[in-house]
Amino acid sequence: MTTTPSGPAGAARSRLEPEPMPRRDFLGLAALWSAAVALGFALIGSLRLPRAAVVPAPSRKFRITLPETLTAGEPFLPPGRSVAVFRDAAGVYAISRVCTHLGCLVKNEASGFQCPCHGSRFALDGSVTKGPAPKALPWVAVTRVAAGTYMVDESTTVPSGTKEKA
Amino acid sequence: MTAGSSRSTAPAGGATPAMQRFLHNLRAVPRQFRASLLRSGAPTTDRSRSSFVFGNLFLHLHAVRVHRWTLRWATTWGLGIMALSAFLLTLITGILLMFYYKPYPAVAYDSIKDIHFVVPTGQFMRNIHRWAAQVMVVAVILHMARVFFTAAYRAPREYNWVIGMALLVVTLGLSFTGYLLPWDQLAYWAITIGANIAQSPREVTDALGLTAFFDPGGLQRFILLGSDDIGEEALIRFYLLHVMILPLALAALVGVHFWRIRKDGGMAKPADADERVGAPDVQTYPVFTEAPTRTYHLAAIVRGRTPAVGRGPERTLPAMPHLFYAELGVFMLTVLVCLVLSLVSDAPLKELANPAVPENPAKAPWYFLGLQELVAYSAFMGGMGIPMIVILGLLLIPYLDRETDGTGDWFGGPGGLSLVLRSVVVGLVAVLAIEAFAIRFGWIREWFPHVPQIVITLVNPGTVLTAIYAAYSVWLVRRYDSTRAGALGLFTCFLCGFLVLTIVGTHFRGPNWDFFWSPSQWPVH
Repeated sequence: MTTTPSGPAGAARSRLEPEPMPRRDFLGLAALWSAAVALGFALIGSLRLPRAAVVPAPSRKFRITLPETLTAGEPFLPPGRSVAVFRDAAGVYAISRVCTHLGCLVKNEASGFQCPCHGSRFALDGSVTKGPAPKALPWVAVTRVAAGTYMVDESTTVPSGTKEKA
Repeated sequence: MTAGSSRSTAPAGGATPAMQRFLHNLRAVPRQFRASLLRSGAPTTDRSRSSFVFGNLFLHLHAVRVHRWTLRWATTWGLGIMALSAFLLTLITGILLMFYYKPYPAVAYDSIKDIHFVVPTGQFMRNIHRWAAQVMVVAVILHMARVFFTAAYRAPREYNWVIGMALLVVTLGLSFTGYLLPWDQLAYWAITIGANIAQSPREVTDALGLTAFFDPGGLQRFILLGSDDIGEEALIRFYLLHVMILPLALAALVGVHFWRIRKDGGMAKPADADERVGAPDVQTYPVFTEAPTRTYHLAAIVRGRTPAVGRGPERTLPAMPHLFYAELGVFMLTVLVCLVLSLVSDAPLKELANPAVPENPAKAPWYFLGLQELVAYSAFMGGMGIPMIVILGLLLIPYLDRETDGTGDWFGGPGGLSLVLRSVVVGLVAVLAIEAFAIRFGWIREWFPHVPQIVITLVNPGTVLTAIYAAYSVWLVRRYDSTRAGALGLFTCFLCGFLVLTIVGTHFRGPNWDFFWSPSQWPVH
């Protein structure tokens, strides 16, 4: 609580140093703080804006039927999908073909995969053998639907080595 | 009442006085309009020239009078005006392109094809837009180099250097966002790489095991793309950034940048600039031809050393016409360069974007290929870490270099040039040696496949090069007992590294980012 100076003290103040005006101070501070708080809340609220509750993206689950002739360790590349599906004695498994470096699609070659963008190389089990990729290609979930038919979910990663019994 | 009746009983046989006045005013409209536009009349005297400048919202960003040192070609080479001119060209052609461009994946590519093949002059406009954007990037970088090498960033111009850095970032952001819009293969895969660079802090959070709770990289990528994939959301976001947010930011910053030149006392010039420009030419040197009608107490409102305080106007010339005609000349030169380039070389358009087939090699615009070269060693360090270190270093320069010797002189006067030349050698040798080593022998992952990623993130050709440059700069500071010497060496090395990495990325990298001596050796696929 400020007390207004009275008497000689008040009169001695110069024009450049006016006597305090608590009411105006209050209004000014109220305006300042309400503006700051409103701006802060608006900012926090609008930070939610860029992330929609539902985002447009194609479905990442699909069904495949592996060809009978697929040999162990040979990748099967479903058209339009970014995974490679394998079948061996232990079962069926799928490895993402999205390079862990900067997201290009890796091409399969004799001994594994190669990224066309920055030359990362991966072994057939997804582990990095060369280049800038920081981690192995992730394995994705495969579930058996019927004999020879599997559901692959590109959006769910599973630990390397997880295979679905054929 | 009498007044009203006298009006109604005006003499017959001619127009009323009111009508006469009306007709007289009507005839005078063009003259009056001109007078209201240019209040002080034609800029023929010093005073009307001055008011021509400060009476105009746009021109008054300039000083009314400029020092003759400013008007020398070698002071600025007109690079800032060239960058602005190129921006104006992209602005005009960009607005024209917006008439036909449709920012939706299904039709974006077709609309660019329409601009190429259906719209009269459409391809020419797109060529100018693209070339002006490239001229702008080059001009901005050269302008930065000019300001640095003439030490024009020093007090009181530190803040304007900071604004300039913001302009550099916005300029590069405009180029990057414009790259996606054609929705062709080049665009799609360059943006795939760019968006994943935004996500690259994951390289560090993954290595530290934090990504599950703290994932700034994933957030950045998501905010940029609006989705997990590059699709309609990404295109509209890039479009909005490219045509609205970044141009507005750039325009505002350019306004501040120009205004601050004037507020900071004009162009930086040597302390003895007055003597060095010599006596003014009697023929072309206008003096005050009229006595000023008002006196301003400049000293009361302007603090610090400005050319108007304590000195006469002897070494200054009116901005109109001397500065403005020079600026117009630079503008026309920029127009000429962009037109010639547009006539000679067409803006490329590859096949429609195909998310199933990566472009090989997928290259960003050339001025990002230096970064892409570093990214090919570590996504985070090359794409975010080192650029942030560089930007931070550049921002700090004017606050660390508080010396005053050599301001306004190229390379800071005698001795500066030889220091810069030696730094060029150091900078080139370092970057070439590291590149040659990494290309010939590979890097840690090939020698020790199981080394933790954090080691490669911290020790890769990009960080090693940065460390060498920093160490050289620190050595220069100690050797010459001068921050400016260290800054000169560091900036020169940075330019050399940028140049060499850009050339390697542009010319010597082929499919799979393998090294080739010439694009003609690329394997045919």
